[in-house]
Amino acid sequence: MSENHINISTNQPFNYCLHLADNSLIMGHRLSEWTGHGPMLEQDIAISNIALDLIGQSRNFYQYAAQLKGEGTTEDSLAYLREANEFKNILLVELPNGDWAKTILKLFFFSTYQYYLYQKLINSSDKQLSAIAEKSLKEVTYHLRWSSEWVIRLGDGTEESNKRIKNALDELWAYTGEMFLPSTYETEYAENNIGVDVSSIKIDWDKKVNEIFEEATLPSPNGEGLGVRSFGKEGNHTQHLQAILKDMQYLQRAYPGCEW
Amino acid sequence: MILEKNISLKKIWQILEQITDPEIPVISIIDLGIVRDVHVDENNVEVFITPTYSGCPAMDMISMNIRMALLQNGFTNVKITQQLSPAWTTDWMTEEGKEKLKVYGIAPPVGKSIDQKYLEELKVECPQCHSKNTKLLSQFGSTACKALYQCQDCKEPFDYFKCH
Repeated sequence: MSENHINISTNQPFNYCLHLADNSLIMGHRLSEWTGHGPMLEQDIAISNIALDLIGQSRNFYQYAAQLKGEGTTEDSLAYLREANEFKNILLVELPNGDWAKTILKLFFFSTYQYYLYQKLINSSDKQLSAIAEKSLKEVTYHLRWSSEWVIRLGDGTEESNKRIKNALDELWAYTGEMFLPSTYETEYAENNIGVDVSSIKIDWDKKVNEIFEEATLPSPNGEGLGVRSFGKEGNHTQHLQAILKDMQYLQRAYPGCEW
Repeated sequence: MILEKNISLKKIWQILEQITDPEIPVISIIDLGIVRDVHVDENNVEVFITPTYSGCPAMDMISMNIRMALLQNGFTNVKITQQLSPAWTTDWMTEEGKEKLKVYGIAPPVGKSIDQKYLEELKVECPQCHSKNTKLLSQFGSTACKALYQCQDCKEPFDYFKCH
């Protein structure tokens, strides 16, 4: 029986911490797929830097989760030796990158989410979660700014770029709802004042998205996006996560404990 | 005993001053402001460092260099602890450090990072010709902590150490 199937109620925010770590790791890993393939050198560097920030954030969360878990758990065993159904990331972050417009819009939705989430997580009664949030927020602020500028540039750009970001919106919007639907552990830790009540950040998130969309001459996407139930957070993923893990975990699975 | 401990502490800080940032070899980790504290207890030394950026690959290198430098000076039991809070900001960089950056050709962080204003457009001075007529080429530069700028007067592109 894996950890995923045992419903342990405890004050230790292990599951919550893993959820935050998995979001950052999978998003960071997806963005890293652009390294060496960006549309121009500066943007290749930018997206690789953002990937690095996110993977760094996930390391901080994994290290803390490993400490909470004990029993020889390490950041590496959490990242490399869990199965897809044990990952607690939202579905949005595991979706394939698609074209530049889809990657940008996905990052914009996610950065806006992290921006408001970390602002609240700073007030967590858990000192370590608060410290990681404080550190990460500075970086996420840059991610939000960068992705916002790109959404505006693509939306208010050429006919082609506008068409592409609208296509991206059609594909991604349904996945945004999951961010604000709390999983069982998010509800539990929000009540303990350790975690954030995600439903409470939706207003700010909507406001920011509408503000940037207006500048980008994109239609306001309000009123949809709540169709998807809270799936990824509870370990029910798309087949895309399996493919990411196959790549990411290959080395540790083939050569356990390998270091370089 | 207390005197001995103080001598050790002083010596350790002096050793730490010799350790440079692997990405920017002109400034020391003290200039950078990432060494939070040093504890000495008999033969045990604990150094507390704060990462500049979550994903900064230089941190592992810096930890190793601290360990090596202390070892070479006879401190065998060294523990390095990463401390995340309070989060590192560019405000912790010393004035001397900022000056060294400029001489090296990297524009030092402008202003304070206390509030969200660090995201507003800032006048960044060209480290080559000191013109303030510069423009942002990319928010992300050669490393996570830098942005890429270009001087409109001398046309030279340069790195800017972002205010965080």
